[in-house]
Amino acid sequence: MQRIGVFVCHCGTNIAGTVDVKAVAAALKNEPGVVFSADYPYMCSQAGQDMIKEAIAEHRLGGIVICSCSPRMHEATFRKTAAAAGLNPYMVEIANIREQCSWVHKDMAVGTEKAIILGKAAVAKVNLNTPLTPGQSPVTKRALVIGGGIAGIQTALDIAEAGFPVDIVETKPTIGGKMAQLDKTFPTLDCAACILTPKMVDAGQHENIRIFSYSEVTAVKGFVGNFEVTIKRKARYVKEDVCTGCGLCTEKCPQKKVPNEFNLGMDNRRAIYIPFAQAVPKVATIDPDYCMMLKSGKCGVCSKVCTVGAIDYKAKDEYIEEKYGAIVVATGFNPISLEKFDEYAYSQSKDVITSLEFERLTNAAGPTQGKLLRPSDGEHPHTIVFVQCVGSRCEACSEKGKEYCSKICCMYTAKHAMLTRDKYPDTDVYVFYIDVRTPGKNFDEFYRRAVEEYGVHYIKGMVGKVSPEGKKLHVQASDLLAGKQLHIDADLVVLAAAIEPDRSARPLATMLTASMDTNDFFTEAHPKLRPVESPTAGVFLSGACQGPKDIPETVSQAGAAAAKVIGLLCKDHLTGNPCVAHADELMCNGCSTCERVCPYGAITYVEKEFRMPDRTTKLRRVASVNEAVCQGCGACTVACMSGAMDLRGFMNRQIQAEVDAICK
Amino acid sequence: MQVTEYKPLIVAFCCNWCSYAGADLAGNNRLSYPADVKIIRVPCSCRVNPMFILRAFQRGADGVILCGCHPGDCHYTTGNYYTRRRMALLFSMLDYLGIERERTRVEWVSAAEGAKFAATMNDFVAQVAALGENKRLEDLRCKK
Repeated sequence: MQRIGVFVCHCGTNIAGTVDVKAVAAALKNEPGVVFSADYPYMCSQAGQDMIKEAIAEHRLGGIVICSCSPRMHEATFRKTAAAAGLNPYMVEIANIREQCSWVHKDMAVGTEKAIILGKAAVAKVNLNTPLTPGQSPVTKRALVIGGGIAGIQTALDIAEAGFPVDIVETKPTIGGKMAQLDKTFPTLDCAACILTPKMVDAGQHENIRIFSYSEVTAVKGFVGNFEVTIKRKARYVKEDVCTGCGLCTEKCPQKKVPNEFNLGMDNRRAIYIPFAQAVPKVATIDPDYCMMLKSGKCGVCSKVCTVGAIDYKAKDEYIEEKYGAIVVATGFNPISLEKFDEYAYSQSKDVITSLEFERLTNAAGPTQGKLLRPSDGEHPHTIVFVQCVGSRCEACSEKGKEYCSKICCMYTAKHAMLTRDKYPDTDVYVFYIDVRTPGKNFDEFYRRAVEEYGVHYIKGMVGKVSPEGKKLHVQASDLLAGKQLHIDADLVVLAAAIEPDRSARPLATMLTASMDTNDFFTEAHPKLRPVESPTAGVFLSGACQGPKDIPETVSQAGAAAAKVIGLLCKDHLTGNPCVAHADELMCNGCSTCERVCPYGAITYVEKEFRMPDRTTKLRRVASVNEAVCQGCGACTVACMSGAMDLRGFMNRQIQAEVDAICK
Repeated sequence: MQVTEYKPLIVAFCCNWCSYAGADLAGNNRLSYPADVKIIRVPCSCRVNPMFILRAFQRGADGVILCGCHPGDCHYTTGNYYTRRRMALLFSMLDYLGIERERTRVEWVSAAEGAKFAATMNDFVAQVAALGENKRLEDLRCKK
């Protein structure tokens, strides 16, 4: 039994108006364990707190109950008060007699009776409280950024600038991501490469940043502050530290028929390649699926022309292990596959292209050197139809499209339409839309310019069918505002495909025990107040992996994620929440149920030696809670069949004592 | 003979992040509900062991209500989904035992739904009051 002190607050008249505080203090004085009971006008004031401190010292109190406002208001205050008086802060319980009593009841007798019961419940609970000490864990002062697009680059640069080492892991041979493939960016029409490539170079040259390109994360262990990550460095058959990126091998390689993924297969590259001129790291990579030397052992041209001897056909995948304090996910997005959208004839005609392919066609470094030419015959198109929401906002067809709005398509389609009319004023440009959504700084002005200054035909309605007829594409569509069917013979049809999270995201989420929504976008810890943190401590989100985003939003989120990471890495130790689950090893039967219900992966099973009554020892598998990872929800405590799992601060015994006190 | 108005005893388990805050909000807005409701704070609705509910009935509670975050909004991501499944099982067991289904309830109340919290409690108390005392599960040995 503890020596308990009870302190009843008047809160001016907020409590005392409907609760007879003196009667409450007197009634609770008779509860088991209570050795001191008092009331005071404002318990949270300095004088009130001093009174608590004095009473703790004078009456050698082992636990205190404050009958006052909600614990959400002043629990932290009174815990500090207790700590200042040398009492463990977790020996404090609050009876909420303001928000949940005096403010909702008008009758003094009723309010007083309820306040006494709430006080009794708190006394019953504090009788069973145990002093708790938050655990501390060290922080590895290094961050990992998964994904090297603009989101990952910006996050890494911001963290590195704050003085912490950062590693970027990128699956492609170069960082840069989707933004590197874009031509111009809305709404300012500045060239994507001009603003991105300096950042890539900064990241490549920063003393605090290491780039693991052509690599992927294969395993994640540990927890916030102490992640252990295995990174697979795929064999690129070129020594990264030797290659100068001169590009001679990529010109001499005899295997010329490899679809160039950077240009979305619209032209070819060699089997040894550098994705694009400004690649970082600027190092050649051999594609093992096409290299004749690797496949049949006959060739070796690149090795002969390489002046520095960087080619290594015997290279193997390497695995490296590194420790990190924080992980930022920046895996980005991809346009969805349009195979299921037969009505737009995407797989039947080369002249039906996606918007990303259109970007490459208008990019000076693209397959046509920036000339807008039809992919089928290389002729200049005179009529172009843009179709928006291809697979986006597609509630009826969720098996082939996405229910959500992809957010960026309205703006980039306006950009494409505007750029086309700017370069080729003789071209007729039609845009079919469901709605034009332009929330963003200078976005609506940009769209209005496309309509008003550049004469783009915006038509509200969806395209029903695209059928290739000779050299033309016959487009059937409805004009909802005019209420009629339209038939347009187009030369080029551009589909604004919905975007979806990168396919690497789901296995990564499993490794990180980070949660995802039904669309495989990572979930944030709170949609409004913690938008860049994953619910899993130490995992942060940057860019389109969390939801569709344009570049300015991605960069702001990247900076915000970096700030959160810096805040974490600045700490030498992390103080945990002591109200965490705890397994009674003697009772645990090793069934693994708790491990399965834990949303944080905080429970692992360990083999432990137990002394048996006959003095032999026996190895048993028992649950072990990682206190730095456990968030204290208590799901495991109910799932545990043997009753071995309990939650500190909210123990079974404590809650039952409260139930009993209330029901007495 | 003096007839006293029957007052049911209601135990409400509220999760710390949504429903407990919703109850606080009801207080802030002075939205009254009967004093028969006594709230116990738990970190998450999934912390509520069905045993606690049985214990409350055993000790003479007339109704037990469990409030958590709305599905999909759980502070711990998935806690209230566990709650939903566990309570479905418990309620069917109580049904089997012949305990009126109306004595138990699970309700999702967010931190912004002070009005919903008060309305829910008013409704639940009226519902339980209509049933009268819980005699079937009460353990008379627990009575003083």
